[in-house]
Amino acid sequence: MDIPFDLLGNALVSGLLLGGFYAAVTVGVSISFGMLDIVNIAHPAFIILGSYIAYIANSTLGLDPILASIIATPAFYLLGMAIYHVYDVSFERRGDNGLRGLAFFFGILFITEVALVLTFGVDYRLVEAPYIGISIHLGPIDLPLRLLVPFLISIVLMGGLHMYMGRTFLGRAIQAVAQDPMALRLMAANPSRIKRIAFGLSIATASIGGAILIIIQPVEPSIGRDYIGRIFAICVMGGLGSFAGSFIAAMALGIMESFTSTFFGPSWSPAVSFGFLLLTLAFRPSGLFGRA
Amino acid sequence: MRNPVFFLCLCVVAVATYGVAKFIDNAYVFFAGYVVLQYIVLSTGWNILGGYTGYVNFGTAAFFAAGAYSTVVWHKTVPDMPLPVMMLIGGAIAALLGLGTGYLTLRLRGTFFGIATLAMSVVMQTLITNWSFVGGSRGAYVVRPDATDWFGIDYIEYLFLLMLGLSVIAVGIARAIEQSRLGYGFATIRDDELAAEASGVPTLRLKLLATALSGGFMGMAGAPLPYYVTYLDPASGFSLSYAVNTIAMPLIGGTSSWLGPVIGAVLLGTLQQLATVTISSALSLLIVGVLLVVFVVAAPKGIIGWFAPRKGKPGAQP
Repeated sequence: MDIPFDLLGNALVSGLLLGGFYAAVTVGVSISFGMLDIVNIAHPAFIILGSYIAYIANSTLGLDPILASIIATPAFYLLGMAIYHVYDVSFERRGDNGLRGLAFFFGILFITEVALVLTFGVDYRLVEAPYIGISIHLGPIDLPLRLLVPFLISIVLMGGLHMYMGRTFLGRAIQAVAQDPMALRLMAANPSRIKRIAFGLSIATASIGGAILIIIQPVEPSIGRDYIGRIFAICVMGGLGSFAGSFIAAMALGIMESFTSTFFGPSWSPAVSFGFLLLTLAFRPSGLFGRA
Repeated sequence: MRNPVFFLCLCVVAVATYGVAKFIDNAYVFFAGYVVLQYIVLSTGWNILGGYTGYVNFGTAAFFAAGAYSTVVWHKTVPDMPLPVMMLIGGAIAALLGLGTGYLTLRLRGTFFGIATLAMSVVMQTLITNWSFVGGSRGAYVVRPDATDWFGIDYIEYLFLLMLGLSVIAVGIARAIEQSRLGYGFATIRDDELAAEASGVPTLRLKLLATALSGGFMGMAGAPLPYYVTYLDPASGFSLSYAVNTIAMPLIGGTSSWLGPVIGAVLLGTLQQLATVTISSALSLLIVGVLLVVFVVAAPKGIIGWFAPRKGKPGAQP
């Protein structure tokens, strides 16, 4: 088979950039699912919500989508705290967080999606920003800025969260609650409060994730579902709760998807992530880097 | 009540339902009733796995569409095959699908199974979208005969009757399971899988059986769909609303017994049919989503929980 070098190179580079973006949308689930053991399958819906907020701010006020999303993070943080509060009171304290907890988040996913459809319709929406549509050319390789900017944002976001988790008191408390909530209680800290903060943080990342999503591609309410598989595949492959692991897994998935859509056509690319998720669950449930 | 007696009662209820529908004598009754019955089969099937063993299946659409698309294939290759046979084959295919997914993921924590089923429905949708024989993303047309060959009853009425029969079988089997050794095995898995495993319950085998049965019923419920809608495309066959409805109905009705899914399906199904006609289909789906969240938060035992006899203080039972 004769594959031209620039096609290969471009597929590789755009896969890497795409992977960086996937890492940013996954980081919230790494916190909620990986660390807190809350199966928040509604996370993609919050990402889409973030996209729409960026879209409204962009189309009415002319704000940069990323700036708008950063302004919106406190609101998302509060929303996350509120949702965790309901979840905590209704499921975690009753010890009933399996079936009903999952159904709860599934319901939230669905409500958000239908509410967005009812408000905005099913048209694809996009944003305008000076860096969308420009590419940097490095020899035969194209670096579109609309992929490069999200990639950089993602690295800043991941780096920031990594520092926060390792260096601050609250960040360490979150890691502690991930390991042993009982021990934390014995240290006179309230696991519920720390989990609430952590969950708020995970939803806050969805705001930024949403903004970079709408920079990369036009958004309509139901595309969130495509991301459920990607996000959980990356989270599981990366070894739950590890930022570095999920970053590498996101890159790997981005490259695979990019190659698949280059050589087999884009209609196959959703199957890549979900197929990979199924294979990971079947053969390496502890993640690519975890101990089996 | 013994099982054969119960089954007879179900048949009486079914005949009465048909009689009432026939008495109203309006084609729309059969048309709307078919959907409600379809949801009775779907939610009863879902409950065999979800309610009895506690494993959440988000992939209803995958099993349902597996049945529907198997019918599309048979319609194109062997058009003379009677529909009940197609339903059996569709059910068998969906059961195998359940067996495969279950074998890969049921050994893990329960949440992984839920995520895997969600993933599976997208993989299936991608495969069907890229499979041009069944119409690909353009969808497939199925020619529905006006009436059946024998007795000459209207085809929609025939579909209604088939679904009525299937729901009697599904509910009958669900209740029989509930009161058998198998049902107790399922319940031990739901209550404490580790303890069940330690006491010698063959948990993996039981879970696989539950997944296959549950998937089989969903597939059978989906098999007549192409004849009902006459045009099937991946977006409608794999619609998320099947998954949401199928989860919402048992949880709203109550997952602990066969009656819950039936109550949920009848209530929600009828409500949705009314809301779709009078308001809009998007809004009726929103109602289902809100009801689902309200019920799991506020009424964890569902509607049948309201009427159940209270058992002393919580935690006081041995």
